[in-house]
Amino acid sequence: MDFNFFIGLIAATFRVATPLIYGTLGELFCERAGILNLGIEGTMFIGSFVGFAVADATGSLWLGVLAAVVSGMLGGLIMSLFAVRLGVNQHVSGLGTTLLLTGLSLFLFRVVYGIQRIQPAIKPFQALSPFDDLPVLGPIFQQYALTYIAILLIPLAWWVLYRTNFGLSIRSVGENPEAADAAGINVYRVRTIALMIGGGLMAVGGAFLSIGQLGSFTFGIISGRGWVCIALIIFANWLPSRVLWGALLFGLIEALQLRLQTTGLKLPYEAFLALPYIVTIIALAIAGRNATGPAAVLKPYKRE
Amino acid sequence: MFAVEMRGIVKRFGDLVANDHINFELKQGEVHALLGENGAGKTTLMRILYGLYHADEGSIFVNGQQVSITSPKDAIALGIGMVSQHFTLVPPLTVAENVVLGYNPGIRLNPQQIQRRVAEAAERFGIEVKSDALVRHLSVGERQRVEILKALYRNARVLIMDEPTAVLVPQEVDILFETLLRLQREGLSVVFISHKLNEVMTICDRITVLRNGKNVGTVFKQDVSQSKLAQMMVGRETFGVTRQGERIQGEPVLRIENVSAVDNKGLPALKSVSLEVASGEILGIAGVSGNGQSELTHVLSGTMKPTSGKILVDGQDITGADPATITCAGVGRIPEDRHGGVVGELTVAENMTLETLDEYTQNGMLDRKRMLEYTNTLIEEFQIKARPTDRARTLSGGNMQKLILARTLARQPKVVLAAQPTRGLDVGATEYVRKKLLEQRERGAAVLLISEDLDEIMALSDRIAVIYEGKIVGILDAHEATPEKLGLLMTGAREVVSHA
Ligand SMILES: Nc1ncnc2c1ncn2[C@@H]1O[C@H](COP(=O)(O)OP(=O)(O)OP(=O)(O)O)[C@@H](O)[C@H]1O
Ligand SMILES: [Mg+2]
Repeated sequence: MDFNFFIGLIAATFRVATPLIYGTLGELFCERAGILNLGIEGTMFIGSFVGFAVADATGSLWLGVLAAVVSGMLGGLIMSLFAVRLGVNQHVSGLGTTLLLTGLSLFLFRVVYGIQRIQPAIKPFQALSPFDDLPVLGPIFQQYALTYIAILLIPLAWWVLYRTNFGLSIRSVGENPEAADAAGINVYRVRTIALMIGGGLMAVGGAFLSIGQLGSFTFGIISGRGWVCIALIIFANWLPSRVLWGALLFGLIEALQLRLQTTGLKLPYEAFLALPYIVTIIALAIAGRNATGPAAVLKPYKRE
Repeated sequence: MFAVEMRGIVKRFGDLVANDHINFELKQGEVHALLGENGAGKTTLMRILYGLYHADEGSIFVNGQQVSITSPKDAIALGIGMVSQHFTLVPPLTVAENVVLGYNPGIRLNPQQIQRRVAEAAERFGIEVKSDALVRHLSVGERQRVEILKALYRNARVLIMDEPTAVLVPQEVDILFETLLRLQREGLSVVFISHKLNEVMTICDRITVLRNGKNVGTVFKQDVSQSKLAQMMVGRETFGVTRQGERIQGEPVLRIENVSAVDNKGLPALKSVSLEVASGEILGIAGVSGNGQSELTHVLSGTMKPTSGKILVDGQDITGADPATITCAGVGRIPEDRHGGVVGELTVAENMTLETLDEYTQNGMLDRKRMLEYTNTLIEEFQIKARPTDRARTLSGGNMQKLILARTLARQPKVVLAAQPTRGLDVGATEYVRKKLLEQRERGAAVLLISEDLDEIMALSDRIAVIYEGKIVGILDAHEATPEKLGLLMTGAREVVSHA
């Protein structure tokens, strides 16, 4: 293995981590507001479909991203209707939202594209290469704009949560909604907005896969990445800064297993596929032991 | 013109009328006590004023203007602040963040800036708090000061305090009263809810008494006495309950031998405690809160393991056993935190049979009919104001405590472990609980009574042990105990060799 192998590995790590960063940051906003959003898998899925369809129809990839954000926010709104307004059990409303959004995306895909023999495809985003002339390390920076944005979003998310009044409201409704209510905060409104922000972020993660990397929309495009984000948030101990490390760790193992598969090691390829998940479980078991989430997660708030 | 006037307030929970056409007037700059038994509707009335509940009928006037208060936000805007019975703070946040929560202008939150502002406000109102401390790390008394500051920071002109002294030690009560009187001189109007009549007589100008959701009268302090107030509250005369008759020399049932334990921070909390409680006696444990009482309760209940020593019930070793085993061995518990003693989301009947579910299980199914029958008998016997199907969390404090008493005492335990059994209870309920404990003594149970209320300890106990910094510093016979002697022991001023 030569040096270029490692450079390639690092570059791939960031690429794989990108949708996870969006998804986990999205989930972070929901959970810090006290809502476990299991609608994440479906929200990423509809984001990837809407992003693709709008980019295909308008010819503008960025309009696709924008449309994905809107669809994700609507997904968050649906989730809030059940989990916040009606106080339905959060597991039920989350899984329901995922089923609903997944079904809806598949249905709309059929409506728009019918049954075709070849996958509809578009020309995806091109990677930026700001430091192309940098020797050796240059390829690491060959990343999509959405990857750069994802990394910039982490300090931004921290700033919103810890340095704005709205962030203080989010944290307080996630810890003790009674206290927030008594302090004059509209718990429902704050939770709804947090779910919409979260949904928007998740959907970008989905859109990155369809219009960033692949250039097409397939039914297995998310393949459980949303659930990985749910695990990463625990690994990150609900802190924005640690979201990056969790996503990069998973990205690294995933990128590594893709490369190991091609080295001709005599192992069934399923073993490689399982590797990132095994590492996630181990990392969770170690890092998640002392993790304590926001106290009000899973508890619907209702004034008597 | 009144600072607040509530007219004809009605609030129903299902078919229970918690507030029944209540009129309530708060004058500018007065401290107004709201008295009444557990479940009389005091908290409900004030939650309506603060926008946490909606009245079914009635109207509210603030400074003569009719207002509509649909959320705490409205109440805050009208200059009303509330310090609840259960604090409403966010523990992982700082004091400053809690104080400005929902009340900070602009978009940005600048930690230094809010800390400075909150520190300035604390200084201005003469309330001692550290603005950069995490609320999680504060004592109960400090948390209460944060709550008061939070209300004042929002320019409250009316401050509602729901049982503020129930959780405070005497010194903290003094500080609170000083603060309230100073704020009153600056024009603040205060609604003060308490069960302690002597406090009410000390600090309040006028007193409104509620009974069964109705206002039974508003009086000036100088026109009433404590016993008159008690009579207004419960509708009859109350007589203090005291132990009658000499201690019967029974066999020791509960034996605690050299028990030591550490608290949740790993510091020693109990240091070689040895006690014996005989059948037919009440042993009182007196002490200032935080001297090892709660660890002693935990160790005896099986929720904490001692680091050394032995605990025997009727000769059976229960050291470090789990709570179920200890219950089977014949120990009945009345826990310190009654909200932790019941499962709020379960019904009264389910809570009542919680410790004995096996007896109500047939072929893996619960026999609900028998559970309800059993519960109904206990509800009648213990005069609990609740239906078997009510959720336990909707019960008032007194009724919740009666539920626990019924559950525990109906099993005729050999040892009764009562920790702060009357904290937060009204005069009538307190009297009732004390009577029940004395009945247990008559029946021949060994009763260990842990209480911070000296009057209670002196009225009920045959012998009194004083705990200080995790050690038993003296055991006195009831007839030789005086408040002065106990007070000296409780503050660690001296140790007494046991006579008893
Ligand atoms: N959210 C609720 N749902 C149903 N019933 C309730 C609810 N809140 C209060 N109640 C009932 O209303 C009555 C009045 O309760 P409230 O809490 O106002 O009493 P209180 O006077 O404050 O008593 P305490 O001295 O024990 O605090 C009680 O019977 C109580 O069980
Ligand atoms: Mg109350």
